[in-house]
Amino acid sequence: MTDTLAGGKVSADVPEYPMERDVRCPFAPPQQMLDMNDSKPLSRVRIWNGTTPWLVTGHEVARALFADSRVSVDDRREGFPHWNEHMLATVDKRPRSVFTSDAEEHTRFRRMLSKPFTFRRVEGLRSVIQEVTDECIDEILAGPQPADMVAELALPVPTRVISDMLGVPYEDHEFFQEHANAGLARYAAADAMQKGAMSLHQYLINLVEEKQANPAEDAVSDLAERVTAGEISVKEAAQLGTGLLIAGHETTANMIGIGILALLENPEQAALLRDSNDPKFIANAVEELMRYLSIIQNGQRRVAIEDIEIGGETIRAGEGIILDLAPANWDQHAFTHPEMLDLTRDAGQQLGFGYGRHQCVGQQLARAELQIVFHTLLRRIPTMRLAIPFDEVPFKHDRLAYGVYELPVAW
Amino acid sequence: MRVTVDQDKCVSSGQCVLNAGEVFDQRDDDGVVELLTAEPGPEHAEETRNAAAACPALAIHIEE
Repeated sequence: MTDTLAGGKVSADVPEYPMERDVRCPFAPPQQMLDMNDSKPLSRVRIWNGTTPWLVTGHEVARALFADSRVSVDDRREGFPHWNEHMLATVDKRPRSVFTSDAEEHTRFRRMLSKPFTFRRVEGLRSVIQEVTDECIDEILAGPQPADMVAELALPVPTRVISDMLGVPYEDHEFFQEHANAGLARYAAADAMQKGAMSLHQYLINLVEEKQANPAEDAVSDLAERVTAGEISVKEAAQLGTGLLIAGHETTANMIGIGILALLENPEQAALLRDSNDPKFIANAVEELMRYLSIIQNGQRRVAIEDIEIGGETIRAGEGIILDLAPANWDQHAFTHPEMLDLTRDAGQQLGFGYGRHQCVGQQLARAELQIVFHTLLRRIPTMRLAIPFDEVPFKHDRLAYGVYELPVAW
Repeated sequence: MRVTVDQDKCVSSGQCVLNAGEVFDQRDDDGVVELLTAEPGPEHAEETRNAAAACPALAIHIEE
């Protein structure tokens, strides 16, 4: 049996996507994707609605397509490979945002968001991040053992930093964490996510309106000012703010949690990081942890707007493209022995933040947070050890952002 | 070495300043790239090349 798709024949036995990780190798990308990448850097997969977009597994092809203006993030286009039924069902309800716009429209949104995330502004925040990190570790050391590093460190550090930056009251963090979580379920049905996403959106609308009346020095006030100036609508501002809020704490928190676990499992690498005083080594160590762990699962979704010849294949206009960061970051053409966490390798080309026009807006903030948290933790609790057997660590196989639900440690 | 930047392409990632802070800066208001020197000396050549390679928007061009 064959399906005919935009001029190409697609076999019925194409693999299903997303693919599951092997529970015995929880840091590794799904083995099936690595095997596919051994034969070619892009192949057809079948997704939830039966369509067969291209899955890009190779590092070089991923980088090229991320930077290719013939590749669109506009999720209203025919052929766009939506994450799940919810995203398709709500496509016309979501205001356009930095995540779903191309070219000039994207540039306009992106520049509205960039002010708090420039390299120098983030450098200026390092002392605050250090202070928040030290306070969390003080509390951990003063509290009972084992301590859950997710609840006590991985979540509170980025949440407090992004709340402060956006001007969201930290007292509301339980509310927005809960609702952000509802929006990040990997296999959500249409109605299940709706409630969480909508109430968070309403929360941001209220906040934008409040900041219009009482502006302060924060990112939501910046957006509110643009609403007042007539540049964007309240809904667009709320959509942009929601994106920053979710992306600003959930992703970094997951990276901290699973990063600590990876360091505990590689004590000789952890020792290198702990004993280093070289900011360049510490910075590269974080790039290597990002490469090794690639926490964004489910792939970056795109659609071709023109025919593209790449990697020995032709992607036709209107065909969906899924760029999966994990196999690209474990591509042995780009990184020798990718299965090894090696903090001494040059990991500068890692794709954990994506690449191209849509590369992570908050990447400099994430880098600063990760550099400070890992290094400080290893120094202040050098005898830290996992308090449960490794195979009992609960991994987030079911979330868009991979990580661990909890991480009990003792020292 | 001669460097040019395309501010229209720039997406404010900050990769240029991260790699070569003495050659590039970002506008405070929107993070768009600003060139501090169009002809960096040999001591900044490698970091300038790294910045161009890391730029996600391919907005940095180098003539050697």
